[in-house]
Amino acid sequence: MAGLESDVIEIIAKQVNRDPATVKREDRLADLDIQSLDVAEIIFAIEEKFDIEVPYNANDTNAAGINFDTVGDVVDGIAKLVAKKK
Amino acid sequence: MNRVVITGLGVVTPLGNTAAELSAALKAGRSAIAPITLIANPDLGAKVGAEVKGFDPLAYFPENKLSLLDRCSQMALVAARDAVKQSGLDFKGSGLGLRSACVIGTGVGGMTTLDNCFEQLYAKGSKRVHPFTIPKMMINAPGAHITMEHGIQGPSFAVASACASANHAMGVAFHMMRSGTIQAAVTGGAECVFTYGTLKGWEALRVMAPDTCRPFSKDRKGMVLGEGAAMFVLEERGAAQARGAEILGEIIGFGMTSDASDIVLPSADGAGRAIAGCLEDARIRPDAVQYVNAHGTGTAANDSTETKALHAVFGDHARKLMVSSTKSMHGHALGGAGAIELAATITALREGFIPPTANYNEPDPQCDLDYVPNEARDVQADIAISNSFAFGGHNAVIAVRR
Repeated sequence: MAGLESDVIEIIAKQVNRDPATVKREDRLADLDIQSLDVAEIIFAIEEKFDIEVPYNANDTNAAGINFDTVGDVVDGIAKLVAKKK
Repeated sequence: MNRVVITGLGVVTPLGNTAAELSAALKAGRSAIAPITLIANPDLGAKVGAEVKGFDPLAYFPENKLSLLDRCSQMALVAARDAVKQSGLDFKGSGLGLRSACVIGTGVGGMTTLDNCFEQLYAKGSKRVHPFTIPKMMINAPGAHITMEHGIQGPSFAVASACASANHAMGVAFHMMRSGTIQAAVTGGAECVFTYGTLKGWEALRVMAPDTCRPFSKDRKGMVLGEGAAMFVLEERGAAQARGAEILGEIIGFGMTSDASDIVLPSADGAGRAIAGCLEDARIRPDAVQYVNAHGTGTAANDSTETKALHAVFGDHARKLMVSSTKSMHGHALGGAGAIELAATITALREGFIPPTANYNEPDPQCDLDYVPNEARDVQADIAISNSFAFGGHNAVIAVRR
């Protein structure tokens, strides 16, 4: 989980050009200035990294069963998908 | 300034391959969105689309000509052939061709050819591709073939502005006609989106609906791709009347703007300025417009932004507008969309009905206009506009009168 969390945080931080050490679980994506296109790119990077499918739809953000509110929400959602794959 | 009328219309669309079939489907509110059959790959994320059915290229072209014609060019040629035939114009015989233009909009042109070529090289390990790969795939090929078939020898070029390509093409042809630069034009748009690479690209943007396209409905889940072509013959009104041609409608205005803000997110300001510019170009007041063929892609962002733009331009009159997205029936044909939608708009004005927004389920507070849900309406409108707002922030709006 620690490895997954730091991997996801690294992907998110890279997207908005920040030092991963400054991105915390409780940070809201909106406050990190993450736009909808950024989310598409973040999910792409996550899918490539963990070899999973994230059924995210920008028009129906609940489709993936992940709350894209905070960094922690994304980490927990991805952890569930990775666990399901195993 | 010349008045510009439409004297020929040809279509190849998911709703039918003749203008009569298109009209019947629009009246019935029939959606052509269905499981994709052109690509047999279970790996597709978006499994529905609006495909053209019953289009057999061998019914229109000799087999030895097909090696030069991408599916996009084939549909463009067939639609143009029908439009020219209906107009009754002879570009070749009368010298008219020298003073005529061909302006065709398409987003990417011969993508089917390019996709097949890359598959040959990268997947199948082939060391060579077909000698006509380049002339077949190039974005100007559909228009070039139309000039050759009909002998159109004046200005001809392709216009690419993603989902606004066809409206830009037709708008430019209209302005050339209105100024008297040319005497006649064949103009419209075409797109064939059903290639594996194209679909995977759209899927990756995370904007595709898994089930169907529900423009302006609260439960909309995104866009559904479609394919097809629609072509028009434009003439000066007096000339068309003098030769007794049947006038299908008049193009009265064209507005275009750029958002200059975001590569994919729409802007109510950019869209609104294009609509207002179109009305100004047409010299009509906002309350003269009765019907809006909306861009209406069925994405969360477009439909609320387009609604906002209509409120901004039309004020109190916005509530009286009938607004529908026919993409709910023929899908989103990207660079060809504006042409198919102008065909729908002209047909509606001519035949006295308003095409519906199909698949509409529930009102959205962000989309609070009359979207003509699910059933066509028996209303005779005289003036309509057709909106196209593209990725890249390119906005193009055309106004027509019956």
